[in-house]
Amino acid sequence: MTEHLGPPVGEEPGQHHGEPMQLEPPYGGTAPYDLETREALERDAKEIIARYPKARSALLPMLHLVQSVDGHITQRGIDLCADLLGITAAQVTGVATFYTQYKRKPVGEYHVGVCINTLCAVMGGDQIWAELSEHVGVGHDEATPDGTVSLERIECNAACDFAPVMTVNWEFFDDMTPEKAKALVDDLRAGREVAPSRGPGRVCTWKEASRVLAGFPDGRAHEGVQAGPQSLRGLEVARDNGWAAPPVPAGPVDAEPPTPGEVTDPPPNEPGKPIGGSVKPGSQEGRNQ
Amino acid sequence: MTTLTPILTKNWNQPDSFTRAGYEREGGYQALRRALTLEPDAIVQAVKDSGLRGRGGAGFPTGMKWGFLPPSSPNPRYLVVNADESEPGTCKDIPLMLANPHVLVEGVIISAYAIKSNHAFIYVRGEVLHVIRRLQRAVAEAYEAGYIGTNILGSGYDLELVVHTGAGAYICGEETALLDSLEGFRGQPRLKPPFPAVAGLYGGPTVINNVESIASVPSIVANGADWFASMGTEKSQGFGIFSLSGHVTRPGQYEAPLGITLRELLAMAGGVRDGHRLKFWTPGGSSTPLFTDEHLDVPLDFESVGAAGSMLGTRALQIFDETVCVVRAVLRWSEFYAHESCGKCTPCREGTYWYKQMLKRLEAGQGSEDDLDTLLDLSDNILGRSFCALGDGATSPVVSSIKLFRDEYIAHFEQGGCPFDPAKSTLWAGNR
Repeated sequence: MTEHLGPPVGEEPGQHHGEPMQLEPPYGGTAPYDLETREALERDAKEIIARYPKARSALLPMLHLVQSVDGHITQRGIDLCADLLGITAAQVTGVATFYTQYKRKPVGEYHVGVCINTLCAVMGGDQIWAELSEHVGVGHDEATPDGTVSLERIECNAACDFAPVMTVNWEFFDDMTPEKAKALVDDLRAGREVAPSRGPGRVCTWKEASRVLAGFPDGRAHEGVQAGPQSLRGLEVARDNGWAAPPVPAGPVDAEPPTPGEVTDPPPNEPGKPIGGSVKPGSQEGRNQ
Repeated sequence: MTTLTPILTKNWNQPDSFTRAGYEREGGYQALRRALTLEPDAIVQAVKDSGLRGRGGAGFPTGMKWGFLPPSSPNPRYLVVNADESEPGTCKDIPLMLANPHVLVEGVIISAYAIKSNHAFIYVRGEVLHVIRRLQRAVAEAYEAGYIGTNILGSGYDLELVVHTGAGAYICGEETALLDSLEGFRGQPRLKPPFPAVAGLYGGPTVINNVESIASVPSIVANGADWFASMGTEKSQGFGIFSLSGHVTRPGQYEAPLGITLRELLAMAGGVRDGHRLKFWTPGGSSTPLFTDEHLDVPLDFESVGAAGSMLGTRALQIFDETVCVVRAVLRWSEFYAHESCGKCTPCREGTYWYKQMLKRLEAGQGSEDDLDTLLDLSDNILGRSFCALGDGATSPVVSSIKLFRDEYIAHFEQGGCPFDPAKSTLWAGNR
């Protein structure tokens, strides 16, 4: 973006705090992986690739996998993806730079997001951001010098009924206030366990979270609430008023069979038959266990 | 009076609602057993007859979309679920997948069977870690139970289902950008035609549906198309989750027949927060033109909201009271669109950039009335000229706010700054 074209009005919020971490351009992490790490990465990457009919579909999860080891997208991670997928490093870089969750520099062990989209901002997200950023001493996309915490101004995270919302390593922190936000980050920096509003018993690290995003479950799906209080509000109103969906009609409810004219040639991949083309039947050895 | 109809949300108060055991206790996967005894085309017909329209915003009839798949093609068919919920204000699919992922999984299996696909994907946004865990677990449980895999429940039907995690890009909610992303590329929309039904994922015939659309399918198979169509209005049949957020006493998820009004929903949610009044609201997310208190009685169905000048969208009802500066709200949305514009087409890439610059100036009280005309002119050059709906959506808050609140824009530059105190809009205003 050509930022110089616009009239300078005000200051970008959160751009003026602290010292950003100094990094080697462009990605850091140019030293090759040690043998053991490389083998583990290749094994996991091959499991990801096996989930898809075409290998390149594995690129996004593989980039999450790189972050689960390196913490951000490194040059060696880019090269690994390119090698295993048979594409160029430039093609991988083009993808890695498009998506906000892929970080071009290290983030904290706990990456803290504050929603500053309109509704959360209005409900207090702007104030939370201002106070938290001041409190921690870093701005947008910056990490503390000890690498514990980084902050990001995030866009709408689909939890608007819990506004203002925050995230830590993509776990939900609902109904936040500036005080709760500061206490949360203080706890994280002090090494105390914190639990999200809707999520597992404790927040995992950025690298652990990245591994789940790559499609390797951490066995914690059963932890935490099934729904937040706001999610149940309509259900409670319905219960209090005795409201329910219309009763289901008795007896079979078979749909009218389609008229013969609408039934055309059988499809190439009929149910029960192996799917054709270059797709390996049952090619999901690495499916989510 | 319209009453609530908990269907998808019905079991959300059960602590184990997200497990297979919890879902089956409430009758889960019975629709699948029934579906596998039916001809696939009979399920397509039932979905057509039900009147189900896409719940992801556009409202296209789901059964008709399925019917667009060519009867024969050299490539396999695919079903892709759009779980990239990112439209500002929209927050229904995420709690649905957190509390009841199995209703989506069951819907995927039935829908894939109906369209004769053997490979399905759930593309879920990456910023919702616990939802991803729940989806991964639900899919694994369904494999263990023999609901996914080879020869499902002895029917001879095979299906593979992959949970695919995105990486932070609103544009991937656009269906063809989603396909590019799922194929491992930058998420940029494709030129249509060909439509995904003809050439979608890997060039194969592909159906892409929203989470809530697919999750509604088991109820149609179990209870019948007539049951589904008995709810809602003439052309907007069935139920949907309405998400109330912002300055409302009890924000949350309210599942109701289409056609319910905001006045009715607000009454259920305790009204606008105490001591305040409704100023403006979005009927279906930030990409739908703003409404005011004049629109409290508009039936929230596709036709009525459209006739009143907006769009039903995703039923994301963001409520703003009189403490909120509309210029600030629109600036922030415009910054969002500028951030999320994929850069492929000039009207959207440059237009959203200039929106941001001009609105910043206006909010700071440094603009002029001429700027409003420039904004409208700019909007004319984005709307209908952008490659996809992201650019069109970006114009909605700008154009509608100038139309409804022109005086408020003028007050900014007459007073040399914003006349509102943002502290009064916060959740803790008056308590701190």
